[in-house]
This record gives sequence, C-alpha cells and structure tokens, in this order.
Amino acid sequence: LSCKVLSSVVTPCYCFVSPQIRVKPDNTGVVTDGVKHSMNPFCEIAVEEAVKLKEKKLIKEVVAVSCGPQQSQETIRTALAMGADRGIHVDVSGKDYENLGPLQVSKILAALAKQEDAQLILLGKQAIDDDCNQTGQMTAALLDWPQGTFASEVSLEGDKINLVREIDGGLEHIKINTPAVITADLRLNTPRYATLPNIMKAKKKKIVTVKPADLGVDVTSRLEVLKVEEPPQRQAGMKVETVEDLVVKLKEAGRV
Amino acid sequence: RLPVSTSRRSSALLSELESKLLYLGREYPKGGDYFRDRLRAAFARNKAVEDPEQIKALIARGEYVARELEALYYLRKYRAMKKRYYED
Repeated sequence: LSCKVLSSVVTPCYCFVSPQIRVKPDNTGVVTDGVKHSMNPFCEIAVEEAVKLKEKKLIKEVVAVSCGPQQSQETIRTALAMGADRGIHVDVSGKDYENLGPLQVSKILAALAKQEDAQLILLGKQAIDDDCNQTGQMTAALLDWPQGTFASEVSLEGDKINLVREIDGGLEHIKINTPAVITADLRLNTPRYATLPNIMKAKKKKIVTVKPADLGVDVTSRLEVLKVEEPPQRQAGMKVETVEDLVVKLKEAGRV
Repeated sequence: RLPVSTSRRSSALLSELESKLLYLGREYPKGGDYFRDRLRAAFARNKAVEDPEQIKALIARGEYVARELEALYYLRKYRAMKKRYYED
C-alpha cells in the first residue's frame, strides 16, 4: 500500500503555552499574527500511525501533505522527521488561506490521492482551530471510498482494514475495504517526538510545492464568516454564609 | 572545552547531547531561557570531569532528562486534548 497522510493545515498553538487568543477588533476572526503555529495534535497521531504501518512493512511509503502558506513546510518537516518519506506542500496563502475550509482541503486531498495513486489517507479527526471534523468524511465522499473515523485501533488484514472506532456509548468494530480514509482519535497511539537529529536527516527528504489550480481545485469558499465574538465574560461568584442563604439565593435566581 | 584526555567519541556524544537538550528545552514550562541557562550552568559545572566512567554516567543522566522532557511534552498535550474534547 502506498499511504498518504495529511499533516494538517497549520494550526495555532495550544493554550498550555497560554497565548491569549484574541478576537480581531473588527470581529471578523481571531488574531493569528505572532501566534505560534504547529501540527494539529490529532494529525500528529495520524502521522505516527502511518509511520508505524510503514515500520511494520504493511505499507510502502508515507507522504505528508499540508495546505497553507510557506510556514506549512515546517509542519511537513516535522512529519518527515517523524518518519514520513516525502512531503507535498499545497501553497495557499493570504485571503485564500483565511477562507480555506474542510471542503477545499478535501477536494485537494482527493485530487492528490488520485494523482499519487494512494491506497490510504490518514488524518486527524478534527483540527483544533476550527473543530470542524469534516475533512476526512468529505474526502471519503469525494473519492467514494469507505471511511473509518474516530479510529482508536487500526490493523490491516490482507486488503481490508479492521478498525475500532470511538463512538458515543462505547467502541465499534468495523471492517472496511481499501482504498480508504481513516481519521485518528486521541487514543490511537502516542506520537513520537521529532528529535533534532531526525529533523536534520529530514532536511534531505523532498518537499514538492504545488498550487490548488495545478490540481484543478477551486478554493473559493462557499461560506462567509459574518461575525466572531468572544465568549461572555465569566461573572464573579458570590459567597454565602449558610446553606439557608444558598437556597434563598437560588430561589431568587429562579433556579430552584 | 573538554580536557584533552577525553576521547573523541565522548566529546561528540556530549555536543550531540547538549544540542538535543537545548532543542528540547525550548518549550519548557518555566521558559526556554530558564532551561537554557540552567543547562549551560550544568555543563559548565561538570566541564573538568575526566573520569570516563563519570562522563558516561553524566551522559546517561542527560539522556534521561531528554526522555523526561519528551514525556512531559507528550503528557501536557494529551491532557490538554483530553480536557478539551472528552467528557469524563
């Protein structure tokens, strides 16, 4: 199998490094200048799974793909350092990039899958910047391939794939044909850290840059963002002296 | 930087270790600068060590710190994702 892995669209850094995510003054979006961008955590898990499959000799080649501006190449380098063989950077910048959503990305992935003759597409279940959880599903639909989403276990059996999915209420075991699209959930594996020596070695691996137009994909968005607002400020709490006070206050607030 | 008696292999391992730790320390919770300063101080303190056994032990400890940092970063990320996306 030659497997393609999406190392996601470049996404903002996570809150434990505590940048203050701020809404733009004109309410059209979130401030992204100066915010550190890195690989989507769920996509890291997808890359790790692809590399694991290659290490088990079940697939031939792992190709990492990222759609975005020049900085996306760094994300691809991280994937290469984790063990991917080569990278494809789909160059989308400026306004096009701001409007890039799951539909456009899945069209790009579908076109690349046909071009590269991929048998398997592995991606994260959702991106932590938009939380859409749509790209994998849309890609499968565009290619008319089976999909295994929210995968927490993947195993290959001949030309079929056994999957365990995390669903509300428990786990679902399914078997799907290849070629297929799989989206990774948190417990699929533990992604390896891209160490400095591996990053150095990854510099020798190739990254090819293409434009969406080269793939015949139109990236104009069908959506228009009307407004982005901050969540309401958290109200200060009140302290009460006794349980009776608490009940009185709750009744006043109409909650009891 | 190192005493002349140290073997070439040790000094190669040491500079690899230092650059690996420097790279890993950039995202240290207390700050990349904090980590870098403490790292440099630690390497400077042990600069005069000549005993090959001791050097091996110090290198092993450095590798241990590197693995601990990787575990720290992984857990931090895992817990953040778990907290945000999963109701337990």
